[in-house]
Amino acid sequence: MLAFNFFGATEGGLFDINATLPLMAIQVVALTYILNSLFFKPVGNVVEKREKFVSNNIIEAKNKLSEVKKLEADLMTQLQSARSEAQRIVGEAENESDKLYKEALELANNEANASKEKARLEIESQTSAARDQLSKQADDLSELIVNRLILEK
Amino acid sequence: MFLNSLLTNFAALEVGQHLYWQIGNIRLHGQVFLTSWILLGALLVFISLGTKKMENDPKGLQNLLEFLWDYIRDLARTQIGEKVYRDWMPFIGTLFLFVFVSNWGGALIPWRLIKLPSGELGAPTADINTTIALALLVSLSYFYAGLSNKGWRYFEYYIHPTPIMLPFKILEDFTKPLSLSFRLFGNILADELVVGVLVFLVPLILPIPVMFLGLFTSAIQALIFATLAAYYIGEAVEEHH
Repeated sequence: MLAFNFFGATEGGLFDINATLPLMAIQVVALTYILNSLFFKPVGNVVEKREKFVSNNIIEAKNKLSEVKKLEADLMTQLQSARSEAQRIVGEAENESDKLYKEALELANNEANASKEKARLEIESQTSAARDQLSKQADDLSELIVNRLILEK
Repeated sequence: MFLNSLLTNFAALEVGQHLYWQIGNIRLHGQVFLTSWILLGALLVFISLGTKKMENDPKGLQNLLEFLWDYIRDLARTQIGEKVYRDWMPFIGTLFLFVFVSNWGGALIPWRLIKLPSGELGAPTADINTTIALALLVSLSYFYAGLSNKGWRYFEYYIHPTPIMLPFKILEDFTKPLSLSFRLFGNILADELVVGVLVFLVPLILPIPVMFLGLFTSAIQALIFATLAAYYIGEAVEEHH
């Protein structure tokens, strides 16, 4: 008893252990149950519901983001192919028009050459005709001259 | 003997004096129950106010209570582990809240103004009965946690990692509640005594920094008690491989 009678108190003392101990233990256990139903459960429910909500939203947003990225990549490839297709078409059209131009040029050249040739031939025939005529006239003239000379004699 | 008579005759300090309640054969320390009822009543009122209207968008008190809940969950989760912390969170949280409210209530409320026929009001945790009760509850809890989670395999803990540890582990079962209870009791009682003596000797200004230090120690002791309780439970449920 002396050991538990520190500081000379007539009864009790600092280390006076009595029924306060078990009753306090019972009180704390009761408090645990009260706090569990009053504090830990309801607050936990709200917090965990919100955490679930937030994490779900984050997952959803991530899914959406990846979908957007996929769509973007899709669009990029489509754009790329459209661009190359356009390039191809433009190139083809250029070739085509080039070809057409060349054909037209050739045709025009040919035509021009042909008409030039025809004209030349015509000129030539006319020249020869004129020459014939001239020589014939010359012949006639010479015959006339000759005849006149003969007749005067 | 001189020290004894000096301390008993300290007019302002009544060390080791209790307000006895006699119920049949049992005697209780009335002042411990009085203060604990006042403080726990305040705590329960505070919590009921905060949880009265729970919303998804927390406002006011609910914010504070959610912060507290989160703090306790983190404490329990880091010490006990992901698997069983939910079962023990209310107990760890109650220990923390009880010790914290008791310590701070004892330090912040000027109990000395209320005169009792014998003894004086103060922190319930400055009474050895309270701290031993808490420490024994922790001991029971970790035994229960170990046995309910692992059955008889719980006792493998005593020979882990080698059977040489057996006497030390058995000794630990006694030192754990002893250190838990005496650490809390000693710190809070010492704080009350230091503040009391300083107020008695120098009633102006000088006790104020010591009072702040007391508030700090009080909070730290609550945290230490809850953390160690959680650690002991975590140790008991931990799986050794």
